[in-house]
Amino acid sequence: MSIATVKKSGPFAHGTSSVQKTMFLVLLALTPATVFNLYLFGWPAILLFAVTVGACVAVEAGCLALAGKPVKVTLADCSAILTGWLLAMSLPPWAPWWIGVLGAIFAIALAKHAFGGLGQNVFNPAMVGRTVMLISFPVAMTIWVAPHPLFSAGAPGLFEAFAITFGGNVPDTMSAASALGHIKTELSRGIPVTQSMAQVPDLMDMTLGYRAGSMGETSLLLILAGGLFLMAKRIISWHIPVSMMGSLFLIAALFHAIDPARFTSGTFHLVSGATFLGAFFIATDYVTSPVSKSGQLIFGIGVGLLTWSIRNFAGYPEGMAFAVLLMNSLSPIIDQYTRPRAFGRNRKGEPLPLEKKP
Amino acid sequence: MKLFPIRGGIHPDYRKELTSEKAIVALPLPAALYIPLQQHIGAPAEVLVAEGEMVKKGQMIARNQGAVSASQHAPTSGRIRTVTEVTAPHPSGLPQTTVILEPDGKDEWGELPEPIADPFAADAHAINGRVARSGIVGMGGAAFPSAIKLNLGEQKKLDTLLLNGAECEPYLTCDDRVMREYPDEIIDGARIMAHALGTPRIVICIEQNKPQAIEIMTRAASTFAAIEVIPVPVQYPMGSERHLVQAITGIETPARKLTADLGVVVHNVSTARAVHHAVRFGRPLVARVVTVSGGALREPKNILTPIGARVADLVEFCGGFSARPESVVNGGPMMGQPLPSLDVPVVKGTSGILALTAEEINDRPASACIRCGSCVTICPCGLSPVEMSAFIRKDNLEGAAKLGVMDCFSCGSCSYVCPSHVPLVHYFNYAKGALNDLERERSKNERIKTLAEVRIIRIEKATEAKRAALAARKPASDTASPGNSPSSNSDEAKAATDEKANA
Repeated sequence: MSIATVKKSGPFAHGTSSVQKTMFLVLLALTPATVFNLYLFGWPAILLFAVTVGACVAVEAGCLALAGKPVKVTLADCSAILTGWLLAMSLPPWAPWWIGVLGAIFAIALAKHAFGGLGQNVFNPAMVGRTVMLISFPVAMTIWVAPHPLFSAGAPGLFEAFAITFGGNVPDTMSAASALGHIKTELSRGIPVTQSMAQVPDLMDMTLGYRAGSMGETSLLLILAGGLFLMAKRIISWHIPVSMMGSLFLIAALFHAIDPARFTSGTFHLVSGATFLGAFFIATDYVTSPVSKSGQLIFGIGVGLLTWSIRNFAGYPEGMAFAVLLMNSLSPIIDQYTRPRAFGRNRKGEPLPLEKKP
Repeated sequence: MKLFPIRGGIHPDYRKELTSEKAIVALPLPAALYIPLQQHIGAPAEVLVAEGEMVKKGQMIARNQGAVSASQHAPTSGRIRTVTEVTAPHPSGLPQTTVILEPDGKDEWGELPEPIADPFAADAHAINGRVARSGIVGMGGAAFPSAIKLNLGEQKKLDTLLLNGAECEPYLTCDDRVMREYPDEIIDGARIMAHALGTPRIVICIEQNKPQAIEIMTRAASTFAAIEVIPVPVQYPMGSERHLVQAITGIETPARKLTADLGVVVHNVSTARAVHHAVRFGRPLVARVVTVSGGALREPKNILTPIGARVADLVEFCGGFSARPESVVNGGPMMGQPLPSLDVPVVKGTSGILALTAEEINDRPASACIRCGSCVTICPCGLSPVEMSAFIRKDNLEGAAKLGVMDCFSCGSCSYVCPSHVPLVHYFNYAKGALNDLERERSKNERIKTLAEVRIIRIEKATEAKRAALAARKPASDTASPGNSPSSNSDEAKAATDEKANA
């Protein structure tokens, strides 16, 4: 009896993981926080979210077709949806539609496909999309609104939402500053942190998400829950989140202790801005972070320290996206210096000396 | 006893329950047995029989030749049909010289060497000689001639014989069954081997997923103070020689060294049983237990198989296929080799024959690597498969070699975990083969260069000698034709050189 021809060597057993499954689990982990935030910021946020994700998928399809790669099969890996999703979560919820579309083009076409597609990109596509938008359109990218939950009094209806997202009419009265932005503005006017902190939402509101910010910046608890879910599913490990948040907290706490009037506390840095989203969903991006665990620790510490530095000393109130991109560029070199030690060899690759048994 | 952790590894779906409770059954003698002259690492054996000759069971039909080799014996009594080329049980499907034996059905033992009455009084040479004469090779799969490994006691100071009953490959249960059904034979074989090696201590390692085997072996070993049965964690590839030694001693075997340099020699449990048979009864290795399993098989079994039975005979004995097998594998699913056809024989190193369905294999077309790093985390050798494969894809083999691809022993863990189903082991096997070819080519060129240099020196020497001889004759010729001499001299030397060069 004839049997199947010998095609390739073993193993003849494979695990059940796949790229699609991995991406799907990340999307699942993001869902609670996303749903809550869409509720919090209402119809304009829902429209922007749909436009951004849709644009990412469309741009991905276009790039694949141009490159002559299989479109349907590759789209099914969900990576474009995830990029669009994270990009949308990093935008001001009431930003106009073209921010989402332009961001998608930069994220998918420039940051991903120009480098060769999935797995080849050096920089996190969603963060490239966000930073290019922030640098090019600083005004549109920094109009924040206080939460206006769906169907609550004063929340825009679907019709008004179209005007906001597609007409670009954010009512002036509704805008609000993010906590980090507020502290920075006040500092620049000479008002010390100790005073300006009084006007930012309290710790409880910061944690639950009742505050101004991009969609992914609020609702820490749900982001945390999603992150822990990913850890439990072994999609991500603790190394990047812990080293990143740990280093951010420690350096912030240290400087806060030295000069409380100039520097906000470690806790404040943890709960404000995109710390949680960045730690669990952005910095942990497989493609753009180091592959070894020790490399991931270095990477996480770098992101934490850079985030703090940018928040305190650079022109922008939030530095997570910049910090991640800067560390992305170091990933290849971190990989090179943090390769595991091979069995029976020292770090240089020479055979170990013969040890006498104890 | 305290165990030491080993790096990485995976927890595949073991599926040992397919055969773990199936007692060993003997295969009915097939119509013909196909005994390849090379079933081991090393040189093929030299055939001793001819067409039409009648042989008895256990009679040597091919003798080991060279330093590393193993002899072959008739697995049953019968007539030699022919000695010819038959497809080898190897993915290449290339033919190799094989003795074809037609059993006469009597299964009569021939004259066997005398049992060694008290092996513990015999010297190591007598035992090693018997093991070599019995054609015993490592039965865990590598099929390295056992006698050579038993000789290590002469060169190195050894303290532990480690008997490998880990059986970490999924599906395989042959060692499990042998341990449960013949514990005393294994223990006796192990004691004989330890005596030959000069090791005071015997450690038997069994993965914790074989509780009955652990219990039975512990009981069988309880009367001997020097023997310890140690349950080891279920973690593929725990059964890898170097990793098992690390788990027991906490020491990594340095690259390019042997575990014997640490004082530990590793043998498989079934090998120990074969040694028991050879020493106590004079019986050579003519049969082995094979796990025949997999989802495509109607009735998986553990089969006592004469060496040389065809895979097709085993499949038939298991009721044939219930589904189309995607691959038929020789060995375990992780490190086993795909078989080119069912018409290949079972050899001494065949621990399993697996007929696997596509669902069990769960392979998919490779997609882009997303650099998840799983392969780096689980590599038990501490390599970076993601980077090595990137080099190999660009055909930068030197780059892959620098990252240690030659240290990879193809355990398959990286391919198993890869979410993108990149055929990493396939790449590494390719690279290792190509690098070995390059190395061979290089050493061949080196040798040619040396030979050429030696030849030039030789010719120069010959010319020199001729010149000296001429010079010795010169006084006589000088007087005859004084002006002519130098040119004729050099002409002659040139002719001599040409002559040498043409030769």
